[in-house]
Amino acid sequence: MNHQHYYVPEQSHWPIVAAFALFFLAAGTAHTIIHGQPLLLIIGLGAIAYLFVGWFGEVIRENQAGLLDNDQVDRSFRLGMGWFIFSEVMFFAAFFGALFYIRHFSVPWLAGEGAKGISHMLWPAFEASWPVMSPPDSARFPGPEETVDPWHLPFINTLLLVSSSITLTIAHHALKKGHRAVVIAWMFVTVALGVSFLVVQGYEYHEAYTQMGLTLHAGVYGATFFILTGFHGMHVTLGTIILIVMLSRILRGHFSARRHFGFEASAWYWHFVDVVWLGLFIFVYVL
Amino acid sequence: MDVASEHSTDHDAHHGPAKGFTRWVYTTNHKDIGTMYLWLAFAMFLIGGSMAMVIRAELFQPGLQLVQPGFFNQMTTMHGLIMVFGAVMPAFVGLANWLIPMMIGAPDMALPRMNNLSFWILPFAFGLLLLTLFMDGGGPNFGWTFYAPLSTQYAPPSVTFFIFSIHLMGLSSIMGAINVIATIINMRAPGMTLMKMPLFVWTWLITAFLLLAAMPVLAGVVTMMLMDINFGTSYFSAAGGGDPVLFQHLFWFFGHPEVYIMILPAFGIISHIVPAFSRKRLFGYSSMVYATASIAILSFMVWAHHMFTVGLPLAGELFFMYATMMIAVPTGVKVFNWISTMFRGSLTLETPMLFAIAFIVLFTIGGFSGLMLAISPADFQYQDTYFVVAHFHYVLVPGAIFSIIAAAYFWLPKWCGRMYDEKLGKIHFWWSFVGLNLTFFPMHFVGLAGMPRRIPDYALQFADFNMISSIGAFIFGTAQLFFLYIVVKCILTGEKAPACPWEGAEGLEWTLPSPAPYHSFTVPPKFED
Repeated sequence: MNHQHYYVPEQSHWPIVAAFALFFLAAGTAHTIIHGQPLLLIIGLGAIAYLFVGWFGEVIRENQAGLLDNDQVDRSFRLGMGWFIFSEVMFFAAFFGALFYIRHFSVPWLAGEGAKGISHMLWPAFEASWPVMSPPDSARFPGPEETVDPWHLPFINTLLLVSSSITLTIAHHALKKGHRAVVIAWMFVTVALGVSFLVVQGYEYHEAYTQMGLTLHAGVYGATFFILTGFHGMHVTLGTIILIVMLSRILRGHFSARRHFGFEASAWYWHFVDVVWLGLFIFVYVL
Repeated sequence: MDVASEHSTDHDAHHGPAKGFTRWVYTTNHKDIGTMYLWLAFAMFLIGGSMAMVIRAELFQPGLQLVQPGFFNQMTTMHGLIMVFGAVMPAFVGLANWLIPMMIGAPDMALPRMNNLSFWILPFAFGLLLLTLFMDGGGPNFGWTFYAPLSTQYAPPSVTFFIFSIHLMGLSSIMGAINVIATIINMRAPGMTLMKMPLFVWTWLITAFLLLAAMPVLAGVVTMMLMDINFGTSYFSAAGGGDPVLFQHLFWFFGHPEVYIMILPAFGIISHIVPAFSRKRLFGYSSMVYATASIAILSFMVWAHHMFTVGLPLAGELFFMYATMMIAVPTGVKVFNWISTMFRGSLTLETPMLFAIAFIVLFTIGGFSGLMLAISPADFQYQDTYFVVAHFHYVLVPGAIFSIIAAAYFWLPKWCGRMYDEKLGKIHFWWSFVGLNLTFFPMHFVGLAGMPRRIPDYALQFADFNMISSIGAFIFGTAQLFFLYIVVKCILTGEKAPACPWEGAEGLEWTLPSPAPYHSFTVPPKFED
């Protein structure tokens, strides 16, 4: 194993394309927000799409050519994906941490409880509750009229996402045994479950905005609700796209029973998204 | 091994650097990427440094002299941001790129294309950051710590661009850190067990973990700012039930590990240079490793010592005070180890060693003022004074910056195959040493006497010390232009360097010829301790 040569790729134009694409995406988003002109952002999104197809396509071609069939290269990919997911965990940890801090420290203090209850003098009429239904300054931040019932749509979503993790694992086991037809079938189910999750969440957001008054402006409960569920939803969207790509690669016969790290990485990502959802379901919806 | 990979290695082994600008833009070579990182860092060092010169010129005398207060605020903000994210961090990543593969006997970094991407994001990110200076309402003016609500409710419109440039820098750091971890875990030469790794490699491994844990939190907090500013949320607004102090908690949960991100690789560098010029093995290798790891773990448990005066519960004040003081223990272990390494060694004082010794002495001074600041009741007096400015500049300038300069002198022969001019190097050292102490030492005094930081004017009694600081700053600033001259002279006309120009230096990188070949170890070397 140690005598294999490590694959150091040739020069590549993709990194600089990626740097341009990310620049347009970042500056374009800011420009759209401030000036309302989405041209730069559209260029950025187009460049990102071109980049993903191009760069990942090249890696897939290298893989098909056997250049990456090397245990050491494989370990690098595993380490890379694993630590990327760790950084994602920390990203969500920031928002969960904010939620805990607001719930257990700042909202009670604002209502006069605890060590720093002196801040109650700002809005003497404010009373602590979670969810915060009437924020201190209700004129600027009208609180929500009601909040999402965890045992309806969110519970359905929990079932959908947990079963998708199971179906994905079934597909993975089938892939290891080389049962192609089984893999394809269960991958279809997984993707369908992911898409259904997104549809249900879209419906839930629609109801929140139109019927419950639960919006980004609805004070701190709405703010924490949407940042946690929203970023999670974006991750599910990305994960679903990744799974669709994996499915199309399986349909082209890309993965072998022995080496299919692209598939495994997607599965890791999907399970991570699933675990985050369980955290959300408990701490954002139920408790 | 199959035929395809055989073919590719043959190909790899034979090609040298490509010609022209595509060599730099399309490269997958850790040395090219390291070089670009180092030059970018130096350019940013000069830009951030010229902002410091504006600050010191304004503060040369009391009263408003040269710039408007609004512009002064932009200068203090941008100076901090550029030095932290543009100078120190990329310089360390550049050193990691150059040195880690050579030190562990690897052919390259583990993920070479991503490596190039993490570099090329940075010119765009800093371009965007610097562009904000020319936007309506000016650039970021809320201090490099961008506390809410200064950075949300009262910020110029360019803050949104600032947020996205921070996102880009974070992305680059995360990819860089992933690459470092994968390289160190996976690419070591056979026989190089973890506890035989060179200390620069160890400290960078731990730094990479810090980056991966801290940078996403920064991404999270700037995203919350973005939403508060543009989408009507209220994370940092008490009117909606949020809390501006939440911003500080999140920021410093990133910010304190960030401090160690900027100093742990420096510890690694010093742990290479001190033994080399003492002609002794490093004293207490394993305790160095454990001390580094302890500092890293503690760094996640001390963030609120930046916030003692903001209104923390008493339990918080006490916890963060004692936790902070505990960091002095592993740091002390390191300082004593370096001193013990020098004890009864046959010391010679070449330029890298001068910078390293200055590091040990002056960083320790910065550490002691840190201990003073850690004492919560005393901090109520020091908070937001020049004493804090003196403290962190003593940690960062003779700490991070001196270690980077020392590393440049130490490994320059390996990088370009030529020696720098030793006499000029020594002049550079003394020039910098005098300049920096003149600049920052008086800040302790004016700070203790109550001069607030980030203000373009000051009371008359601070005038003399401020003038000394400003003169020191100009001395230090010009010394770094002289450094540029020394490096360019070395690259162009320096004497040819042997494979190992330092009598006492050890490590795989010195077994390679100077300059190091484009592909260092295509076949892993035998590593024997």
